[in-house]
Amino acid sequence: MARLFYPGCALEQSGKPYEVSTLAVAKALGLDLPELRDWNCCGATAYMGTSELWGLALAARNLALTEQLGADELVTVCSGCYVVLNKAAKYTASNPALGAQVNDALAAAGLTYKGTVRVRHLLDVIVNDVRPETIQAKMKTSLAGLKVAPYYGCQIGRPFDDFDDSESPTTLDGLLEAVEAEVVPYPLKSRCCGGMLMSTSRDAAVTLVYNLLECADRAGAQCIVTACPLCTVNLEGYRRQVAAKHGKAYDGLPIFAFTQLLGVALGLPRAQTGVDMGLIPAEPALTAYL
Amino acid sequence: MAEMPKATSQQLADEFMEAILNLPDGEKIKQCIQCGTCSGACPTSHLMDYTPRETIAALRAGMLDRVLDSNTMWMCSSCYGCTVRCPAGIKLTDVMYELKSLAMKHGVRPKNVTTPALQEAFVAEVEAHGRNAEVGLMRRFFMGTNPFDGLRNLGLALAMKQRGRLSLGSSSVSPEGQRQLKAIADKARGG
Ligand code: SF4
Ligand code: SF4
Repeated sequence: MARLFYPGCALEQSGKPYEVSTLAVAKALGLDLPELRDWNCCGATAYMGTSELWGLALAARNLALTEQLGADELVTVCSGCYVVLNKAAKYTASNPALGAQVNDALAAAGLTYKGTVRVRHLLDVIVNDVRPETIQAKMKTSLAGLKVAPYYGCQIGRPFDDFDDSESPTTLDGLLEAVEAEVVPYPLKSRCCGGMLMSTSRDAAVTLVYNLLECADRAGAQCIVTACPLCTVNLEGYRRQVAAKHGKAYDGLPIFAFTQLLGVALGLPRAQTGVDMGLIPAEPALTAYL
Repeated sequence: MAEMPKATSQQLADEFMEAILNLPDGEKIKQCIQCGTCSGACPTSHLMDYTPRETIAALRAGMLDRVLDSNTMWMCSSCYGCTVRCPAGIKLTDVMYELKSLAMKHGVRPKNVTTPALQEAFVAEVEAHGRNAEVGLMRRFFMGTNPFDGLRNLGLALAMKQRGRLSLGSSSVSPEGQRQLKAIADKARGG
């Protein structure tokens, strides 16, 4: 089995802390994640909302390249990329007519997609292939006492519940428990962060984010843990607007990608965990663990 | 966008149904039982001119043109909550995408809705690089809609920059990759 890594556009920019920690954690766990050469933007919601066929074909170019290189898994850490790439893989497989249209479009570029690629989220790979026991065995710093709210967001489990429940997911809970963090009950764990509405309907998205922050705060969480660079920016980047509308900025509630906390637990050098690149300071929440 | 002759509502309806039926489970749209589960699952239904359930009802009643003029699909965040809960198996998120695509294609731009501009900025950015530079996207979007909102976002951009999380350009796909993307676009959009 050969895996390739699809970083996606956000990861090398605002998602930098997630990128840095993903690569460092993968290395520490012996997980080989070479980057898919010449990958293109997945198209996100903008292409799907312009022409679904175009969106699917654009995403499918990445699957065709993966296949060409002899790999059978394409791994991403962005839930937005994950859902679009996975949709292209599944829709072309389940609907032969649509698959033929996508392949027609690919053929214009001299490419074909035979349908052999499995699209996966890194959380799935770490939980189901690497396994929490392995991480526990390599743990250098227990996160005991750290209260975390596990935030899955929408697209990691919807519409495709490939590795977790679409409404009440638990994989991230289990992973955080493996490094001995205290996972607080977080009923909004798979509610929407607003996604691109943060740019187009700011007021609506700010309230969705407020709900997520308030729920975590009431549960006593010291940080929120995410699995998507887009959710991360929405949760950490608009505190001023949240405060202006709802009266609270949650200054002591930083947001970390799950790979960042795994990096801390694995005892990686601080720079490789990206915890100092957050918009909300990592300390005091992480002071005892760094 | 070039002026195009206004499609009749029947033509629009036919085009819409054809697109829906082309998608997996598309035919299930006919089996809606109007239970409202979708609207209950939706994080933004209270802000939509037509809730997801009402959208299906309106489409059935032959009011596609009214739906296209509404803010409904532009308030959809693609959370897929409706899709996984619908007891009839209707992929309502995909229906929202088809409504967006149809509105984009026919130049329907409801007042106070900026998503079409964002989508166009996104497409332009990806056409330029094969990838999407966040800075380029936001520059295109806010200059095209509301530069003052753009200025309000500067604080966030600067904070990102200080932490090494904002680069002025993105990496690009190779020239060969660019050529492939263009060929795919021409075929998928034309054909
Ligand atoms: S949940 Fe499905 S069946 Fe119920 S109203 Fe919505 S679309 Fe119709
Ligand atoms: S996918 Fe869109 S319409 Fe469906 S529940 Fe989510 S926001 Fe509402």
